[in-house]
Amino acid sequence: MKQMLERLDRRRARARLGGGEARIKAQHAKGKLTARERIELLLDHESFEEFDMFVEHRCADFGMEKTKIPGDGVVTGWGTVNGRTVFVFAKDFTVFGGSLSEAHAQKITKIQDMALKNRAPIIGLFDAGGARIQEGVAALGGYGEVFQRNVLASGVIPQISLIMGPCAGGDVYSPAMTDFIFMVRDTSYMFVTGPDVVKTVTNETVTAEDLGGASVHTTRSSIADRAYDNDVEALLQTRRLIDFLPASNTDDVPLLPSFDDPDRIDMSLDTLIPDNPNKPYDIKELIAKIVDEGDFFEIQEAHAKNIVTGFGRIEGRTVGIVANQPMALAGVLDSDASRKGARFVRFCDCFNIPIVSFVDVPGFLPGVAQEYGGLIKHGAKLLFAYAEATVPKATIITRKAFGGAYDVMASKHLRGDINLAWPTAQIAVMGAKGAVEIIFRADIADPAKIAERTAEYEARFLSPFVAAERGYIDEVIMPHATRKRLSRVLAMLRNKKLENPWKKHDNIPL
Amino acid sequence: MFSKILIANRGEIACRIIKTARRLGIATVAVYSEADKDALHVEMADEAILIGPPAAAQSYLVIEKIVAACKETGAEAVHPGYGFLSERAAFAAALEEAGIVFIGPNRKAIEAMGDKIESKKFANAAKVSTVPGYLGVIETPERAAEIADEIGYPVMIKASAGGGGKGMRIAHSRLEVAEGFARARSEAKSSFGDDRVFVEKFIVNPRHIEIQVLGDKHGNVIYLGERECSIQRRNQKVIEEAPSPLLDEATRKKMGEQAVALAKAVNYDSAGTVEFVAGQDRSFYFLEMNTRLQVEHPVTELVTGIDLVEEMIRSAYGQKLRMTQADVKLTGWAVESRVYAEDPTRNFLPSTGRLVKYRPPAEGIFDGVTVRNDTGVFEGGEISIHYDPMIAKLVTHAGDRLTAIEAQARALDSFVIDGIRHNIPFLSALMQHERWRAGRLSTGFIAEEFPEGFSPLVASGEIAHVMAAIATHVDHVLNVRKRAISGQLRAQGTLRFQLRRAVLLGKQRYDVEVVGGGAALDIVLAEGRSLRVASDWTPGEPVWSGTVDGVEMAAQVRPILNGFTLAHRGVSVDARVYTRREAELAALMLERKGADNSKALLCPMPGLVKTISVHVDQEVKAGEPLCMVEAMKMENVLVAERDVTVKKILAREGDSLAVDAVIMEFA
Repeated sequence: MKQMLERLDRRRARARLGGGEARIKAQHAKGKLTARERIELLLDHESFEEFDMFVEHRCADFGMEKTKIPGDGVVTGWGTVNGRTVFVFAKDFTVFGGSLSEAHAQKITKIQDMALKNRAPIIGLFDAGGARIQEGVAALGGYGEVFQRNVLASGVIPQISLIMGPCAGGDVYSPAMTDFIFMVRDTSYMFVTGPDVVKTVTNETVTAEDLGGASVHTTRSSIADRAYDNDVEALLQTRRLIDFLPASNTDDVPLLPSFDDPDRIDMSLDTLIPDNPNKPYDIKELIAKIVDEGDFFEIQEAHAKNIVTGFGRIEGRTVGIVANQPMALAGVLDSDASRKGARFVRFCDCFNIPIVSFVDVPGFLPGVAQEYGGLIKHGAKLLFAYAEATVPKATIITRKAFGGAYDVMASKHLRGDINLAWPTAQIAVMGAKGAVEIIFRADIADPAKIAERTAEYEARFLSPFVAAERGYIDEVIMPHATRKRLSRVLAMLRNKKLENPWKKHDNIPL
Repeated sequence: MFSKILIANRGEIACRIIKTARRLGIATVAVYSEADKDALHVEMADEAILIGPPAAAQSYLVIEKIVAACKETGAEAVHPGYGFLSERAAFAAALEEAGIVFIGPNRKAIEAMGDKIESKKFANAAKVSTVPGYLGVIETPERAAEIADEIGYPVMIKASAGGGGKGMRIAHSRLEVAEGFARARSEAKSSFGDDRVFVEKFIVNPRHIEIQVLGDKHGNVIYLGERECSIQRRNQKVIEEAPSPLLDEATRKKMGEQAVALAKAVNYDSAGTVEFVAGQDRSFYFLEMNTRLQVEHPVTELVTGIDLVEEMIRSAYGQKLRMTQADVKLTGWAVESRVYAEDPTRNFLPSTGRLVKYRPPAEGIFDGVTVRNDTGVFEGGEISIHYDPMIAKLVTHAGDRLTAIEAQARALDSFVIDGIRHNIPFLSALMQHERWRAGRLSTGFIAEEFPEGFSPLVASGEIAHVMAAIATHVDHVLNVRKRAISGQLRAQGTLRFQLRRAVLLGKQRYDVEVVGGGAALDIVLAEGRSLRVASDWTPGEPVWSGTVDGVEMAAQVRPILNGFTLAHRGVSVDARVYTRREAELAALMLERKGADNSKALLCPMPGLVKTISVHVDQEVKAGEPLCMVEAMKMENVLVAERDVTVKKILAREGDSLAVDAVIMEFA
């Protein structure tokens, strides 16, 4: 009996060594951790339950039958993050470069199936060289199986991908279908075809970093949602994100006991809006002063900075925050901002996360590039996302809410549950100058008259009261009381029941 | 008593005067420029009058506007505060003419003390000790040497027309006098077109000590002890204290009596300050008299218990002093720090902008320690470019000097300011400085002790242990809370976290173990050293306050990724508290190279681009000017740090830039 137990120990020890000491050393030399080390950091101490540690590939071509390593390049299992269940798979770069074989894919799909069946988040850690060429179509089949499960799980359980090394070819599409992608700076990259192929096909010379590094994907392509300096930072921040997310679409958002008084008054918000309407201010100051303890997890911080999206908590419960940012492009909505906002709103709606929108938007961005780039459809995505969302929606207009952008930003007309405005709000079709020049075109030559009309327009329309008189705004509130009002509103909306008409799925303008 | 007074000032001093007036039942009128319409002094006063655009020359300095504001509101008297019109005889005269009382000394006293030569004459006549020297014109080096022999060495040879250090020579011997005389003369000639020089005693390692005097309109003048203001940066006082660690009772009395004699000589009838330069041997010499309330007056108030503003108001109204010299008792020690909106790590460049957070320490008396914060700002307010960058004066008072310094250090540790740069890290570092604590001061203190400027202290020794303990406590509280999240796998609270942890302060690792729980944690450091930490800190609080081994401590906690920046006693460090295993794995991470900013010129402070001195494709040598940015009326010339070629200029003249905005890029 004892011998058999010892045999298990020996086999486990061998499996845990992955590709062996030399490869582990090489991994460390690159500033990267091994798959098991990463899981150790991601999960609670000693909570990891590993599956399929002894799985080996079944390939007999190209001499592969002579090299078999238990685990076959991916470590899978489940554990807890602050006591809450998550499923995890981590590509092991030390074993066949983490490349995907049929057996490897089966390990992943097993975990995907379990995560979906048991309604808990799944986290994938990527650091791999793509398909195992030797296995040919069997590997491709494996990818397809993984993709299919990503899609079925989408909107049911949160799926998070961490790119912590190479991620190319077939490997990129699984992360692309998950809810969030985090990358590690300098050590990770993602692309469909690498620099060599690019050079051959288009004759462009580009480095892996410039083609698909963390900086490219967090700022330009918006493929990735956050970038972190190293593995440790990325993994611990993933734990932080998990604390914001419900386990599934049938679960409530988690409740984290808060020490921040939900009725806290913040007098400094009364001076947040500058006297000069053209002067920017930082909407993140408002967010930090509204959410519990100032704790805000920003999503896509580096991309489309004119809209801010992320998670915070109010009275200990997660809320999704969408806010126009006057500090960037005056907070205007352009194609990038619309897409970024839309995706975030839809994530919140999937997972019962109430949406708080802070509005200070001068409109949609004019321009040839925007129109050619499909601003109409991109803008429509945000409109669509807000309009279809059935989670509690609370909107606060701090300053400008002009034109169509007013409608889009979770207005009353898109089933906003509670729409509030600060006294500094200006809810109108457009700013005074433009409006007067159109309405009083006849007076355009007379500056005195124009000035008079402008003043009239400002007094009448650049306020929250025209909208409030129509009930588009439920209440005009003092800025300093925003947190208090909002926390009461969200508490009241906690049992909101609203269903859209039955449909197979909607047809959002992609 | 007056029923209504106007305060012809702004900022903290206006607020401070309003407080006293209110206590005396006097209504107050504030005046304000357009830039100050939301300022605290306007909010605090019973009435407020707009007196013009932001520039002081068009508002706070315009005598007619102040007089008109008095007439409009029926204010019977004006307190000028300090700066602005406080020492303008013409202002006192204009008020007199309008039948309004000036809360300050009589006009003649202002005039007499406002003139350097005149004030010296009065000082000599009143037998006040002045710097020994020969004020006549000296023709030959021989004569200069004779005079120097009489005065005693070292001496300073100075250009009569001089200023700015030009034509100034220090001589320690006859020989050096002869040599210095010739050089000073020729320098004076070339710099000022006037070769007259004079000789006076040079005071080695001088200290700045000043006597507070108080007079009434009935011929009474008393002195309220001294203040030492030797900690200065470029003639700007930074730290003041009362009493002075240098003086003994006899010197104090001698200085006080001379100050009173001078004040009496000009019929001084309000609060005023007689400034002396003092040698380390307690010799002292008259410098000048300031005929106003000083910025640093609170330290005197705390050691004497006298409200100087109240006494000024009473004297101005014609009341007799309520105390005699014998009634004046100095109790304990008071220390004042001037909190400025300036970045100590960037050569004290002024910083402007919104006060995103402004949480001064709690004021009051706690266990015999007084904390007082004179301020004119509030959270959400704006530090504008138009005026003095002082945010607050933080004053602590205790039974003895070191206790007052400790209290000051602790108060600075819990003073939270966000949104702008400020000098609190520098002030905290000063409070830790051995030479300051020992009272070995001179006006050269900052230049000598911080020759390379200021960089934040590095955690070491006992402070590092205390900070490691505080970091562990903060992390422990956060961990306990994280484990209270809903939706956990196990119904029973089986989830624990590891109590053996590793604290990283920057790169320095301290292994700790947390023992106990509840109200106090015992945090065991290396070699069995244990610190007992107790605090009711909760997540989100910017200030951690509590006790470490029974000693009260405060530190600031600002969240960063996976940790928090901990600021304490002039040390600011990124703290990360890991399990031992996490620390082991974190040690494998490679150092990232910071983003390369050398290819761009970033705006070091928010300001207005006045001039751009280069054009695209221009080659610029290190040290040559690139552009000039104006902030707080200060012109800041930005020079090339290395040889560069300008590739692109992004800013234009007249642009308002935020800190770190890219001004130009280099090839």
